[in-house]
Formats: sequence, structure tokens, C-alpha cells
Amino acid sequence: MKIAAEIVALDVHYQYAGGNSLALENINLKIKPGEFVAIIGPNGSGKSTLAKLFNGLFAPTKGDILVDGLNTKNKDDIWEIRRKAGMVFQNPDNQIVATIVEEDVAFGPENLGIPSEQIRRRIKEALRIVELTDFADKAPHLLSGGQKQRVAIAGILAMKPDCIILDEPTAMLDPVGRKEVITTVKKLNQDEGKTIVLITHFMEEAVQADRVLVMEKGQVVMEGRPTEIFSQVEKLKKLGLDVPQVTELAFQLRTAEIPVRYDILTVEEMVDYLCQLI
Amino acid sequence: MSIDIKNLTHVYMPNTPFESTAIKNINWTVKNGEFWGLIGHTGSGKSTLIQHLNGLLKPTSGEILIDGKSLGGKRSSLKAIRQKVGLVFQYPEHQLFEETVEQDVAFGPKNMGLSQDEIIKRVKEAMELVGLSYKEVKSKSPFELSGGQMRRVAIAGVLAMKPQILILDEPTAGLDPRGRDEILEEIVDLKQKQNLTIILVSHSMEDVAKLVDKLAVMYRGEIVSQGTPREIFRDYKGLVEKGLGIPQITELMIKLKEKGKNVSQDILTVNEAKAEIMRLVRGKSLA
Repeated sequence: MKIAAEIVALDVHYQYAGGNSLALENINLKIKPGEFVAIIGPNGSGKSTLAKLFNGLFAPTKGDILVDGLNTKNKDDIWEIRRKAGMVFQNPDNQIVATIVEEDVAFGPENLGIPSEQIRRRIKEALRIVELTDFADKAPHLLSGGQKQRVAIAGILAMKPDCIILDEPTAMLDPVGRKEVITTVKKLNQDEGKTIVLITHFMEEAVQADRVLVMEKGQVVMEGRPTEIFSQVEKLKKLGLDVPQVTELAFQLRTAEIPVRYDILTVEEMVDYLCQLI
Repeated sequence: MSIDIKNLTHVYMPNTPFESTAIKNINWTVKNGEFWGLIGHTGSGKSTLIQHLNGLLKPTSGEILIDGKSLGGKRSSLKAIRQKVGLVFQYPEHQLFEETVEQDVAFGPKNMGLSQDEIIKRVKEAMELVGLSYKEVKSKSPFELSGGQMRRVAIAGVLAMKPQILILDEPTAGLDPRGRDEILEEIVDLKQKQNLTIILVSHSMEDVAKLVDKLAVMYRGEIVSQGTPREIFRDYKGLVEKGLGIPQITELMIKLKEKGKNVSQDILTVNEAKAEIMRLVRGKSLA
């Protein structure tokens, strides 16, 4: 059984109604089944617009988006596309609809018309994956921000998607909540085999992906493995982006002629390196 | 201006089945001209606390003194307090509503009953303070600006009332790194130019480590510790237990220390870390 979906963008252009410039221009990309892709870029660079095209909330003005071979322009396929490619948004409070966690998770599958016996199984499975089994009968408003966002993820999981698109899912969370959500996202990718598209302004999160896309003014301007992208510190800063503090330190040390390797992105890697150096 | 909070408790919907204590027994003194960071997990009571500081919420019990005067009482005094204590909410751009940027920034001063000349003067000043060109931006609709610019307009609207205390609730949430750095630089600049007392609510440990003089940590409705960032960030485990963390660079140095390296754990910025590592590299090459 194939669980992961691929997403293909072919020559995609998008212009908002009444907008006087293109929000997306000439996007060509392929997200492979089971891949974890992070998208970074300044505000207004088109990241969220692209995400909304991926699950058919918007249709391209020109070009095509194919989710597992289904074209988002085809109205008959739109519900199947939205089931395949689930979206998680920034504000957890806006995504929670029910007063009990398990009812909230049930909302999606109920709307798909799935038999209740099966829904119960799906809720159990989804809550197990996001590690909120003990919270099934709790009220969502009593949960922490990170827990609420994991409930939102469980709600998507219960629809059995192949791909999960997360649009700045940690922007409103505290540091521990951010870690919880990113750990969950990695687990969805590695253990459950889901294709992941993560939009974020936090560079420490983007370094965890298999591949990073950098957007600017509606176009993809850089693309590569995290080590390839985050070693280009000056170029990223010119784009108004940033690098994790560890990468910044590596960059600073290199300017002082200490030959720090270019593939160091995490605290652990840096600790190992520095232990040999000093 | 100074703030003195004494035994402040706030209970939402008291005497109903929904009763919940949002903050309890808060004691906190912010002196004139200080720059404080307020950190705490989501739902720890930060927003409830700051909404007391300009009278948007009334204490269930306890007292708030602004420059020694008790807050609470007549309407007239609340109006005066709201001009002196400027509160910038989370996602303040959601509150923009006028047709032009100029009108939006002018809304506060207009309500203060100032003369037309004074209003224009203040709008100009406030816009320049947040890095918006009055000439270029004043006639634009706030809604055609970028996210970072919209947020600046909203902050300018508060600054135009010339507050002496500025409270910002996560002013950089959702902004890209450049937008974040620009807003933070403008806040530092403001503090220096206007000698404002500032409280910055933030989830970014990196930002507060770089900027503030003092930190207050909230946990489940209480202020559980206060001190300089260096003092606060020493307690890595305690902060993680409270839903928080430490800057990545501080974590790096603590882990080096745990591996037996002779580094300072009081490191808060990349530059400090670099200096510390260079010191050790030189030491080793001399040995």
C-alpha cells in the first residue's frame, strides 16, 4: 500500500483577484513521496499562497498542480485532493471546533461519511501518533499551545492523508510547544511515511528537513539540502532570512580562520566539533 | 514611569462553573526606564497580566500603582492612564481599520482632543520612529502594506499618544527574520531616544537574551522568578519544565561545559560564544 503522495507544480503562476502583481511566478517543483520539505522565505514571498495551491484552496492562474496525479483544477477531484493533502495552520485556537478532544479529531472523518466504528479506530490511532491518548476526553481549551496544535494535527491524521502541509504551525507557541510540534512532524515523516511540507520562519526547524526551498517575490530562488542552504549565510541574510545561532557561530569562527565544517547545523554536531578543537 | 504590582490576582468568571484563576499573587516592580522581558508558556497568564497595566482588566484582588498612584477608580483617570501606558497587542495589524495610514495613526491623538497641528506632528514623529517614511506611506491604505509594515503602523498608532510605558505582546510573532530584527532594533532605539519604560512579552529566548535588562518568568499564573537574563538562563532544566527554553547558543555552551570544557555558561549571544571559543583556541595553541 502506498501511503505517501507526491506533489508536482508545473509552470505555476498565481495572481490574486484585484492584485496588480503575480503572487507566484513560474514555479516548477516536485515534492517526492515521503519527502520532508521546508519552505522558508520573507513575509509576502508567496509561501502560504503556494501551500494553499497544494491542497486546492486556490487554483493556479496558469499552470498545474498535481497531487498524486490529480489536478487541483479538476473540481471532481478536489475533495480527494484535500483529503490526501491535509493542512495545519498557524493559530491552534482557530482550528479547533469541538469541546472535547476526541470529538474534534472526529470532525474530519465524520464529514467524509465514514462509519462510526471506523472513526473510533481512527481517533485512537491519530491520538496515539500525536501522543495525546490520555487527553481524549479533555476540553481542548485546557491544553497547552503545543498540545492544541497536536490535536489539530490528529484531526488531519484521522482523514488518512498522504501529505501534511503545515503553514507556520509553531509561530504562536512557546519553546517547548515548538519542540513538541516539530518532534511530531518528524515522527509523521519517519514513522508514518507521510510527505511533509513545512513552512516556517524558524531556521532551527528548517534544518531538520530533507530539502529546503527558499522563496522570494513569488519564486523559488534557492533549493537544496539544509547543509547546502544554511552554509550560504550571507546570501540568506541578503534575502532577509537568518541562520540558526549554531550556524552563525560556525560562520563567525570561519571568518576568524577556524576551519569549521560547512555541514554543522545542530547543537550536537557543534558540540562534537568543538570538543575536538578545544 | 514606574509600575508597582502588589498581590495581584485575577479570576475570570468568578462564581460560575467556568471560574478560573488566570493569575495569582503577582508582585512585580518595574522601575522608570527599565527594559523588561516577560516570558512564560502559552496560557501562563502573560496577556492577562499586561491587560491590567492600563486598566483593561480590573484586579479581582490586589493593587497596581503607576508612578505611585493606584490604578482603578474613576473613568477619567483610566483615560489618562491609557495614554501613558501604551499597549501593543499580539497581531496588532488586525486592529487597523482606517482608509489611510495617516488616519489610522492619528486615531489615538484625535481621541485625546489634540489640535490638528499637534496631531500631524505626532503622526509624523511616530511613523519616523518605527521606520516608516511619512511622505511615502501616509496616503496608502494600511491593507496594501506588507505584514511587517502593517505592524509598524499599528505600533506607530500607540506611540502617537506619547506613552511613557510601552508594553508589547509578542511584537515579532509571524514576522520573517528581517522584519523581526528591524522591529526589535526600533524598540531598542525608542527606549534610548525616549527613555521609555518597556515590557516585552516574547516566546523567543534568543530575542530577550539579546535585548532586555531583566526578565520575569511566568508559570501557571504566577511570576516564579525574576532576574537578569544571565541569571534566568542558568536554570536550563527549570525553564524547560516550565514550557520555556534557553537560547540555542547558551545551550551549546552548557553542553560543552558538561563535556568537561572550561567554558563560561553565562553566554547569551553568538558574539560572546565566539569570543569564549577563541580564548580557548588561543590558550590551546599557546600550551
